[in-house]
Amino acid sequence: MTGPVPAVPTAHRPSSDAVPPQSDPRPLSAQRVIPLRHPGRWLLTVVVVVLVAQFVHGLATNPFYQWHRFAYWFARPVIIRGLWITLQVTALSAVLGLAGGILLALGRLSRSPILRAVCWTYVWLFRSVPLIVVLLILYNFGALYSNLSLGVPFGPAFVHVGESALATDLVVATVGLSLSEAAYASEVVRAGLLSVDQGQHEAAAALGLPKRYQFTRIVLPQALRAIVPAYVNQLIGLIKGTSLVFYVSLLDLFGEVQSMGSTYPGDVVPLLLVATTWYVILTSVVSVAQYYVERYYSRGALRTVPPTPLQRLRSSIRNLRNLRNRIEIGAVTG
Amino acid sequence: MTAVEVHGVHKWYGTHRVLDGVDLTVQPGQVAVVLGPSGSGKSTLLRTINHLERPDIGHVSVNGELIGVRRHGERLKELSEQVILAQRRRIGFVFQNFNLFPHLSVVENVVAAPVATGLTSAAEARRVALALLERVGLGDKADAYPRQLSGGQQQRVAIARALALQPGVILFDEPTSALDPELVGEVLAVIRDLAGGGTTLIVVTHEIGFAREVADLVVFLDGGRIVEQGTPAQVLDNPQHPRTREFLSKVL
Repeated sequence: MTGPVPAVPTAHRPSSDAVPPQSDPRPLSAQRVIPLRHPGRWLLTVVVVVLVAQFVHGLATNPFYQWHRFAYWFARPVIIRGLWITLQVTALSAVLGLAGGILLALGRLSRSPILRAVCWTYVWLFRSVPLIVVLLILYNFGALYSNLSLGVPFGPAFVHVGESALATDLVVATVGLSLSEAAYASEVVRAGLLSVDQGQHEAAAALGLPKRYQFTRIVLPQALRAIVPAYVNQLIGLIKGTSLVFYVSLLDLFGEVQSMGSTYPGDVVPLLLVATTWYVILTSVVSVAQYYVERYYSRGALRTVPPTPLQRLRSSIRNLRNLRNRIEIGAVTG
Repeated sequence: MTAVEVHGVHKWYGTHRVLDGVDLTVQPGQVAVVLGPSGSGKSTLLRTINHLERPDIGHVSVNGELIGVRRHGERLKELSEQVILAQRRRIGFVFQNFNLFPHLSVVENVVAAPVATGLTSAAEARRVALALLERVGLGDKADAYPRQLSGGQQQRVAIARALALQPGVILFDEPTSALDPELVGEVLAVIRDLAGGGTTLIVVTHEIGFAREVADLVVFLDGGRIVEQGTPAQVLDNPQHPRTREFLSKVL
């Protein structure tokens, strides 16, 4: 595919350069540059391909994995039931955690020193305590506070709720995850809000835009560009973090796998592979969604929005077709 | 009634005194140009007029209305943010760095304020916005995003955005200082077009030529004080104060 080797002017040649090199009548400036070769890169590629092939071969042929048991368990109702719990807990605590995170972030950016201190303390506390400890404390909450009531602080109560009636396992798990998630989310949101240029706040204020509008339509959309990647990271951590709810006797995906594993000890490995596969599927879905959400919030930040993978596929097919056409035309005319 | 009145305004940033008792009166329809070395308090003065900065002492009124404060017996009390936002809608402000909203298209930038504040319907706001963009020579850029425009074009969009609220007073904070020299002219042309149109303009700038040509009032600020003010002929051609003379000799 390379063109003829360009002749390089040497020292003994007259410097006028008017004399074209003997091998090629074209001047140097009209010739293609020969690209640098990378033999080391090729060698490394071959080594890596061989290693990957070995690993895949092992996955397929090692009887230890018991792929037929994997197929048996993969979509069992008991596993799907666990998956459903995982999805519910994840979705609820992602939404509640983000909402709490936004409130905490606004509190930390507020002008009231008390609000700032309270929000800072919350974040400090919940980032310091392991999630499993938070969950277990909540699980034993009934011993600490036997009933919850709503009313005047230190005064009469209007609403009384027995704590045990409220605290189903799902509620305990969701509340625990949301409390901890809010602490982390608040830092992500705060970082996003701080990343918005001060000039944007000033422009919004100078135009007299209502306070709410300034936040929801001017500042937040720009902050989201920085928030989305970091929050998706957080969300993926949350999806896997839900596996801890097993310890407050909620049978999520991991919980079902664990309990099936103790009933059928021979199937432990295929069951763990089932859990692995489902978690991989969940995070993949989130990652794909992330790509499109990020693309949406990059409006205006980039001069041209990058194509979606689908558009990229289509354009590469189009290019291939054009190339083939050109080759065919070349064959005919040549 | 005067368009803008600044009364004894003092402003400190910590212990640093930025404004040191500024008094300024601008009549309706006048173009006032504020000159001065950097750090002389020009921008701060402009920003106290629409209450982006709160004067520590003194007060500002626009078209006879106190800005950011109200009279409470013998004292001035700060207004709620909501009321201040409403006051700012009557005072346009154009920034040195444009500060267009990058995630909104050009026309969305212009309609944002009239629509958000319920001034007009979305359709009417869009019609007005397109007319304004036409007026600043950007009728064909309505659906572009700010980053796709040159600095001069962005600043003209920012002017259209300020005009969309039909303010009686427009404040320009060094509107051409962030622009390449060849783009300065197109922005000044738009401002010149506004001058004499009945709108009161206060322009902080380093463009002496523009001041000479367009200004009714030239104000020279130094060390947070107004050192000299008058017509362009008085201040630019026959400056009385040594600081003014020194400054002009450097920039001319």
